Amino acid sequence: MATVLADAKRLAMADFKGKVDPDWCPGCGDFGVLAAVEKALVDLQIPNHNVVTISGIGCSSNFPGFINTYGMHTLHGRALAVATGVKLANHDLTVLVTGGDGDGFGIGGNHFVHSMRRNVDLLYIVMDNQIYGLTTGQTSPTSRVGMKTKSMPFGNIEAPVNPISLALAAGATFVARGFSGEQKHLTELIKQGIQHKGFSFLDVFSPCVTYNHDNTYQWFRPRVKKLEDDTAYDPAHWLSAMEKSLLWGDEIPIGKFFERSDLPTLHGAEPVLNAGTLLHGDTQIPPDVARSFVEELM
Amino acid sequence: MKQTFTIAIGGAAGQGVATPGDIFAKIFSRRGLHLNAYNAYQSIIRGGHTFLTIRTGPEKVTNMGDRLDLLIPLNQDAMDRHLGLLREGAACIYNADTIRPGDARHGTALCPLPVSKLADITRNKVAQNTLAVGAGLNMMGIGFQALEEVLTEQFKKKGAAVVSENVEIARAGYDYAAASFKPFGWPLPMTGNRYAVLSGNIAMAMGGAAAGVKFYCAYPMSPSTGVLHWMAAHARKANIMVRQVEDEIGVVNMAIGAAHAGVRSMCATSGGGFALMTEGLGLSAMMETPVVVIDCQRAGPSTGVPTKTEQGDLWQMLGAAFGDYPRVIAAPLDIGDCFKIIPEIFNIADRYQCPGIVLCDLLLSEGRLSVDPKELDFAPVVDRGELITEAPSTAGTNGDGVYKRYKITESGISPRAVPGVPGHTHTAASDEHDEDGVLISDEFTNPTKRRAMMEKRMRKVAGIEATVPPPALSGPRDADITLIGWGSTKGVIEEACEILTEQGILANQLQIRWLVPLHGAAILDILKDARHTIIVENNYSGQFARYLRSETSFVPNGYIRKYDGEPFMPHHIVEAVKEQLGGKSRLSVPVHEILV
Repeated sequence: MATVLADAKRLAMADFKGKVDPDWCPGCGDFGVLAAVEKALVDLQIPNHNVVTISGIGCSSNFPGFINTYGMHTLHGRALAVATGVKLANHDLTVLVTGGDGDGFGIGGNHFVHSMRRNVDLLYIVMDNQIYGLTTGQTSPTSRVGMKTKSMPFGNIEAPVNPISLALAAGATFVARGFSGEQKHLTELIKQGIQHKGFSFLDVFSPCVTYNHDNTYQWFRPRVKKLEDDTAYDPAHWLSAMEKSLLWGDEIPIGKFFERSDLPTLHGAEPVLNAGTLLHGDTQIPPDVARSFVEELM
Repeated sequence: MKQTFTIAIGGAAGQGVATPGDIFAKIFSRRGLHLNAYNAYQSIIRGGHTFLTIRTGPEKVTNMGDRLDLLIPLNQDAMDRHLGLLREGAACIYNADTIRPGDARHGTALCPLPVSKLADITRNKVAQNTLAVGAGLNMMGIGFQALEEVLTEQFKKKGAAVVSENVEIARAGYDYAAASFKPFGWPLPMTGNRYAVLSGNIAMAMGGAAAGVKFYCAYPMSPSTGVLHWMAAHARKANIMVRQVEDEIGVVNMAIGAAHAGVRSMCATSGGGFALMTEGLGLSAMMETPVVVIDCQRAGPSTGVPTKTEQGDLWQMLGAAFGDYPRVIAAPLDIGDCFKIIPEIFNIADRYQCPGIVLCDLLLSEGRLSVDPKELDFAPVVDRGELITEAPSTAGTNGDGVYKRYKITESGISPRAVPGVPGHTHTAASDEHDEDGVLISDEFTNPTKRRAMMEKRMRKVAGIEATVPPPALSGPRDADITLIGWGSTKGVIEEACEILTEQGILANQLQIRWLVPLHGAAILDILKDARHTIIVENNYSGQFARYLRSETSFVPNGYIRKYDGEPFMPHHIVEAVKEQLGGKSRLSVPVHEILV
C-alpha cells in the first residue's frame, strides 16, 4: 500500500503539517492523535500525496484539514463509505479514516459494521471521547451508564456500545485500542494499522476536556494496561481478544487486541482490479466486447 | 395510422408469462420489426396477475398502443379480466381444458387449444404456453422455422431432448392452428433491419459502460435493480467495479469516494433510495466531485406501488439536498435515449464538477424497446473536464500552496487534482471552504469568503445552461393543440398527436428532456404562438406544470394526468384533448381500462 520516496529527501514532521492549526480546545486528546499519525507517516516515509485522510463530521473529523495529505471532510457518519470508494478506485493510496465515536458508532454504525466485514484495506481511527463535543455535549454511543449530559441530564440509562467487541464480531482483521496520553504506544499502533493489509480498527481514548468530566486523562491513566506488556497474550487468538475486549473498570486494556493477515482485502478479492487500479485502467470498452454486449440483445 | 400488431399474455406470476414474451420479441426483432414491450405486474414472486403486452410493426413503435390483436390468457383470471378488451379482428388463444371463455365481442375469434390432446401435460407443465406460441405465430403468418430457431437457442442449455420436446409441442400448436383457426387479416411483414431489444435499465447500464463508468454501486430497489444486474453480470468483461452496498446512503457516498479518486462513478435507485441519497448529492456539489445518480421513479409516496410507474419524483429531484448548488437533471425520452443520455450527462457533470441526475421511470426502466444497434455507440465523446491525474513526482508536498483546488475562476470551474498526484494535496470539504480547501465554517467563518465561494460554484450554472440545448417543438407550428410532456411520455404523446391530426385536430408536441437547466425563455418563446396548450404527465398534482409555472409563470389551457400506476395509452390523451377542446374540462384523468 505504501510507496516510499525514492530520492534522498526524507520526509519530516514539518512536511505533514497542515495549512492551518487545529481549532480543538487546548488539552483536547485529538492533538495527541494528530501528532501520532504524523509521526507514523514520517516513520513509514509515505509521501503526502499517496495518503488520503477521510473524515466525517465532528470535532475530531476536522482532522484532514490539519494534516498535509489529500483530505476529504465528508458527511456525518459517511467517511467509511466514501473511503471504500476511494480505495476501490485507486488501491495504491494509503487510506486513513478519522472521526469520533458519535460519527462512527452512532450515525455511521451501519457503514462501520459493513466496512469491517468487507475487509476494506484502510486504517480507521476513532477518537473516542464518549461525548458529542461539537454539538456542545450530548450523550454518545460510548457514554457510560449514569453519565450526565445536556441530552440526558438525569444520567444515561442506555448501555454503551463496546467498539472493540463489535469490531471483532464484525470481522475486522486488525483491532486495537490506544490512548492519546500514550504517544509512543499510539504511534506504534498507527504504524501497524497502516501496514496491516485489511480493515484496521483503532479506537483511541481521546479525552474531551470541555464536556466529558468523567472520562478524563486522570481517569484513564491508572486504568489503561498495555496488552503488549503481557507476554502471554496472543493477538492471533480471536477468543482471547473477545475476552479482553470485555474488560472495563479498574483495568482497561489498550494495545493490539487482534490481527489476522490470511484473509483477502476487498480490493484484493476483486478480479476487476487484477490488472491495476481503476483510475489508471482503460476507460473505453474494446470494440469486440461492446459488440458482444449488443449481440446478446439481438 | 401505422400498422401494428399487439399480443397480450396474462397469467399469474410463476406461470411463465415471460418466456413466451421473450420468444415473440426475438422472432419479431429478427423479422426486422420494431417492438415495444410493457409488463404490468405486482410485487409478488408467485401468484397475482401479470399482463405483458408486446406491440410490433415495421415502423417505430413507442408505446403499448390502444388495441390488442392476440390475447393469450394462461389462467381463468386472465381470461375474465381481458377478453372484453378484444375488438373486431382480434383473437384469443386459450387452453380449452382448463379455461372457460366468457362472452367475446362480435368479430373476435375464440381459439381453444385441446392442450392435453396436443401435448403430454404430465411431462411439460408449460405445454399450454408453447402450444399457444406456436398457434399464434401460425395465425400471424410467420414460418415455423423462426420459432424452431428461437426455441433451440432458448433450451439448448437444457440438452437436445428438451429442445426437441419443446419444438414438437410448438409444432403441434402451429399445425393445429393451421387446421383450425383463421389467420389474422394482416400477416406480419418482414424487413431487412435488425434491432437490439433492451430495457431502459440495460440501456442506462450500457450507456454507463460506454461513458467510461468504472465504478457502479447500488442497493437493490425496484424498478432500478436491472441496472445493477446488467452491471454485475458484465463487470468483468467491461472492467467495472460493481458493489452492492448496505444502504443507499452508503451507495451515494461510496460512489462519491470513487469519483473523487478520479473515475467515473454512477449509481441507481428509486424514490425511496434517492431520499436517503440526498445529503450525499449536496456533498458532491460542495466538494465539486461529479457523480451521476439515476432515479427510476415508481408510484409513491413511501414504498408506494413498487411495480408501477409514475412521474412523481420531480419535486424530490428539484428539492434534493439543502442549499443552492449547480446540478443537471435529465429525463430520458425513450429506451434508446436511456443509453445516449448517460455519456451526455457525465460530460456535463465532469466539466462542471457537479452532480447529475437521470430521472427515469419504471415505464422505461423495465419496458423493452427495439433499438437500432447503431444507436448504441460505445465510443461516445468523453470530456472529463479539467481533471489533473498526473504531475512530476518532484512536485513537492504542496507546502507552498500553489495549487488551489477551489480556485476562484470566471467560469466557476477549478482544475480538479485527484489523490495520488504529487504537489496537489488539499482537503475537499463538505463544510464551506476557502479556495485552497481550508474549512471556513468553524473559527475561520468569513462572510466575504463564503459569498465568493457560493458565487464561484453558482457561476457554473451559466456554463451548464450554454452547454445544454433548449427544447424544440415537433410537428407543425400552426397546430390547433400543443401537448407538453417530459421524459418517458414522448412516444405516447407523439402517437396521440398523429391520431389527433388524422382526425382533423392538428397537434404538435413540446417534450422536455433537460429539466435542469430548463431554458424557460426558450420554452416561452415556443409556446407564445400556441393556440391551446395541455400538459400531460404521469402524476397527481401536475409536478411539471407547477415547475414550469414557477420558472416561467406559464399556465397552460389544460392538464392531462394519470396516477393509477399504469402508463398512458394514446387514446387516453386523444379523448382527453377532445374533451378539453369541447370546453368540458381543464383537467382530465383518464381511466385505465385494463384491469391489472
